Amino acid sequence: MLEIRSLASAYGRIPALKGIDLDLRPGELVTLVGANGAGKTTLLRAISGVQPVTGGTVRISGADITRASSRHRVRLGIVQVPEGRQVFGPLSVEDNLRLGAYTRPRAEAEGSLERVYAMFPVLKDKRGSSAGTLSGGQQQMLAMGRALMAQPRVLLLDEPSMGLAPRLVAEIFACVQALRTADTAILLVEQNAGAALAIADRGYVLETGQIVLTGTGAALLADAGVRSAYLGF
Amino acid sequence: MTAQFAQYLVTGLTVGAVYALVALGFSIIYNASQVINFAQGEFVMVGGMCSVWLVDQGVPLPAAVVLAVAAAALLGLALEKFAVEPARGAPVVTLVIITIGASILLRGLATLVWDKKIHALKPFSGEAPLQVGGAVVLPQSLWVLGVTLAVVLLLSWFFGRTLLGKALLATSHNRLAAQLVGISVRNVMLLSFSLSAALGAVAGILVAPITFTSWDVGVMLGLKGFAAAILGGLGSGAGAVLGGMVLGIAESMSAGYVSSAYKDAIAFVILLAVLVFAPDGLLGRRVAERV
Repeated sequence: MLEIRSLASAYGRIPALKGIDLDLRPGELVTLVGANGAGKTTLLRAISGVQPVTGGTVRISGADITRASSRHRVRLGIVQVPEGRQVFGPLSVEDNLRLGAYTRPRAEAEGSLERVYAMFPVLKDKRGSSAGTLSGGQQQMLAMGRALMAQPRVLLLDEPSMGLAPRLVAEIFACVQALRTADTAILLVEQNAGAALAIADRGYVLETGQIVLTGTGAALLADAGVRSAYLGF
Repeated sequence: MTAQFAQYLVTGLTVGAVYALVALGFSIIYNASQVINFAQGEFVMVGGMCSVWLVDQGVPLPAAVVLAVAAAALLGLALEKFAVEPARGAPVVTLVIITIGASILLRGLATLVWDKKIHALKPFSGEAPLQVGGAVVLPQSLWVLGVTLAVVLLLSWFFGRTLLGKALLATSHNRLAAQLVGISVRNVMLLSFSLSAALGAVAGILVAPITFTSWDVGVMLGLKGFAAAILGGLGSGAGAVLGGMVLGIAESMSAGYVSSAYKDAIAFVILLAVLVFAPDGLLGRRVAERV
């Protein structure tokens, strides 16, 4: 479904991604593990089209979108929940969600809105409040709900559990698992590598802009190198 | 005494409404791009001069007004497309300097296309003054206040009720997140510049029968509108309107009770005072956010 070949990107002269190969198949939950600064967020931004790429290709269902605008990619179903949630603070919860469906016809958005409210009832209770007044966990749900409004085929999640209390982290991970459906693939970036690998079909280990290891979630969890570098035991 | 006060108040509100329209233009572009568009005053000039010229060509006034506003909106579009867009990614200061350059260019072009004379637009509905509570009110003042009110209501509907308006607000709050939901930041910029230009032109047309218009009328009106935007809080729509009104009334009162020699200085004294003592302005954004 999503096919990335030798993707490269740089901040000025400093390379951030040095030839990434990554595949995402329909219905798959794939996680990207790596230290701070390994290039995880850069990779997601390059996939979303908000980070310039210097080489390689990104394809979705065979179509080359390496140079496509971020708007076009959202239309094709590549949707990101960015790191740090990035909700539109002064706007209401419902406005945030409606903006999530910005590229879709209004009539379709209504159905999605009901589904998101069914999934996150707390958002329905707070639909009129401004997004900036929500708690961290609620903002994360809002950010995920906003992404679902775009009807994603490829959902990119950047650090959804960052800065949340442990109880909420479990809740968010449960949501992530609920989001994967037969036709939605999820690419999950997490600092919490253990929890991410435990629910993932496959994983990639990213180090200084390169993929150094790949395998099933279980295999990576069992890998001695991964355990000592990212799991701490 | 009270009649005099009422007179100054009416004059102040009229001028203030014009400042408010110009200030709204500053705020809309600032929200979209963090750029202070110093060519905003030139849109005011283009609106006034273009409508005067069209009326001189025999175009009926209502059509001339619509055409002049449309011309300014196109000019705003062109400014974004050919001057600001090519410098995408440049520091904001660079973009601000580009707008200063554009304003000089537009003033120069205005002297070539039109002339360097002062022109007056015919008042929209006669010149017979009305008596309101002891004050003499020109019918044109009512036009200025009425149209400004209509424009403000229209804008608050646009930003408060339409998805496109909310997309503009969303982009000003968080550009990255806006791109990630599929909002085209380029289109937001184009729309903001043409909307601001149209607002400036409306101000320029409304005021043309009262204070007249000429190729360089935009300099002072632009600066006054900028002062009003800063006073109200840059980026705040309600602030722009409030700032414009306060500034207009302050000017009119000081001209009446102190000396009209200091009329233009008032705006800049207020501007300096706000920047020193309350840089966020009267209604500026002070948003608390959780991380």
